Amino acid sequence: MALFGLFGSKKPSSASAAKERLQILISHERHNRTGPDFLPDLQREILQVVKKYVEISDDQVNIRLDRHGDASVLELNVTLPER
Amino acid sequence: MAIVVTVTSGKGGVGKTTSSAAFAAGLAQAGHKTVVIDFDVGLRNLDLIMGVERRVVFDFVNVIQGEATLHQALIQDKRIENLSILAASQTKDKDALTEEGVETVIQELSEMGFEYIVCDSPAGIERGATMALHFADHAVIVTNPEVSSVRDSDRILGILQSKSKRAKEGGRVSEHLLITRYDPVRVENGEMLSHEDVCDILAVGLIGVIPESKAVLKASNTGVPVILDHESDAGVAYADAVARFLGESRPMKFLTPKKQGLLKRILGGSD
Repeated sequence: MALFGLFGSKKPSSASAAKERLQILISHERHNRTGPDFLPDLQREILQVVKKYVEISDDQVNIRLDRHGDASVLELNVTLPER
Repeated sequence: MAIVVTVTSGKGGVGKTTSSAAFAAGLAQAGHKTVVIDFDVGLRNLDLIMGVERRVVFDFVNVIQGEATLHQALIQDKRIENLSILAASQTKDKDALTEEGVETVIQELSEMGFEYIVCDSPAGIERGATMALHFADHAVIVTNPEVSSVRDSDRILGILQSKSKRAKEGGRVSEHLLITRYDPVRVENGEMLSHEDVCDILAVGLIGVIPESKAVLKASNTGVPVILDHESDAGVAYADAVARFLGESRPMKFLTPKKQGLLKRILGGSD
């Protein structure tokens, strides 16, 4: 094995997989913790309202807050089931 | 007022106590009157790493609860004149650490002329850990180049930026990344996150990279902070990290594998 290593046959490294997974996860976790405190509650209540009318599961409502300069955009995504 | 340096990580077993001992010893050796406090109430170990386990009579919680004075509880290091150790309680509950109690102790230590207070945080994000970082002016984030450690470090950074006293007063704790158990051979082979990767992900300034080293276990076996082992790679790397903390600029060492002979490379084998 060591002999082959000398001539550098490059296979995808596990370190780059680790980096990619961490970047995605940490950006997601930072997003959650920098958002206003009311977001999780807002998401839960919106879900309850939608559920009164349509059968959906918890992961079909997605809510996020993005900042663009001095304006914030609240984006609400509800995936409705197919009829 | 003394400068509070908190050594923290979120994850356990990454080298917080080893790093706390090294930092405190390094700061004291540089001529600064320094005290290192163990915040791991119930699971104290700094005393062992510092080699003072048989000299603990009173501890941090005794002082907070008024059962002993700071003078009685502080253990003077026998190797370094400027260095004192304040052990954690082995028996009390971690709720014994109150914000007011910790603040009073820090205040008193400042009045005693200590320039640096190094806080050795426990793992986790519970009371001991949040108390250790609450009064921080500087935080040394100890991270292994490994996914769970990096993620937990990011979590701790979030807490520093929202829950610390400085953050609540609209300021900011100075953050320093210390990567430990670094193996340049594995990094070169793509089996371990590089120091650049970890810096990119956490976006914190790097203060040092400590190589995986046999000297660390040897140091803890004998109760001598590894920074005092000037012959060892880890000792040298810690000394450099402390010097950088004090404003010196020193190149990073031990980032590339040691040169090996061609024969050894062909035959493989590791040391």
